[in-house]
Amino acid sequence: MASTVTNPLPNPNSDRSRRKKKKSTIQDNQTNQNHSHITRWKSEAQHQIYSSKLLQALNQVSLDAPSSSARRGGRAVREAADRALAVAAKGRTRWSRAILTSRLKLKFRKQKRQRGSIVASVTGGSRSKKPRFSVSKLKAKSLPAVQRKVKVLGRLVPGCRKQPLPIILEEATDYIAALEMQVRAMATLAELLSGSGATSSGSAPPSLPPPPPTRQ
Amino acid sequence: MSSRRSRSRQSGGSRITDDQIYDLVSKLQQLLPELRNSHSDKVSAAKVLQETCNYIRSLHREVDDLSERLSELLATTDSAQAAIIRSLLLR
Repeated sequence: MASTVTNPLPNPNSDRSRRKKKKSTIQDNQTNQNHSHITRWKSEAQHQIYSSKLLQALNQVSLDAPSSSARRGGRAVREAADRALAVAAKGRTRWSRAILTSRLKLKFRKQKRQRGSIVASVTGGSRSKKPRFSVSKLKAKSLPAVQRKVKVLGRLVPGCRKQPLPIILEEATDYIAALEMQVRAMATLAELLSGSGATSSGSAPPSLPPPPPTRQ
Repeated sequence: MSSRRSRSRQSGGSRITDDQIYDLVSKLQQLLPELRNSHSDKVSAAKVLQETCNYIRSLHREVDDLSERLSELLATTDSAQAAIIRSLLLR
């Protein structure tokens, strides 16, 4: 169970058992992989990894365009944060791969066409809008309203525009957990920056850093 | 049953069962802040999907706001302080 998931933590078993106690829902062995994927986003180590990656990316952004307008800078920061998030996902999910290759797609359109055809052949090729399976428990699966919402959801999650329903659901689950971590990390970083900016005026000597007031 | 046959052909090797879809939807529901407390029987799939879309959109907006704020903060902070913060984060 533990060997199937490569975890960046030094003690994956202890962390997962801790997470299991906190979670009230019981996951069976089949969905345990997905469960550990999602709780991975809530671990402190993953938070630190992402924060450091984000900081490196942001330093590059600030070096490239130090005096850019707020709107352009904000967009660049958002893209850097998304890329850092995709790297932190280690390319195991579709949305992370889509984010990482979205820049390449602008240059190499052939890749996109090939990927599209490969996806179509893997999933059988029948792209009709008819519902493929009837789910009695969901009760509304075959309704066009649900189909429409699934399409909207597929557009929101990067890289899932033409995926079938279970893949979209799985990707959305991981994507939401990753986004929550991204929001937490960026909020922490913003607090740190605003806190250190308030305490030190102008260029402070780097030898004596003031302790961050809000973190503790 | 023709529907079952087509189902197995389309999934590309892995059978997608109704229970799996139900599990995925319920797992998604657990992540959503509004629907976590309500009973899973009363929540339809359409509502879960709608709430998911809304939640993802709100998270996107939050990330955009934070990135705007960060870009403004980075413009005023020099790289020395960023190095300080990096060392603090990697503690």
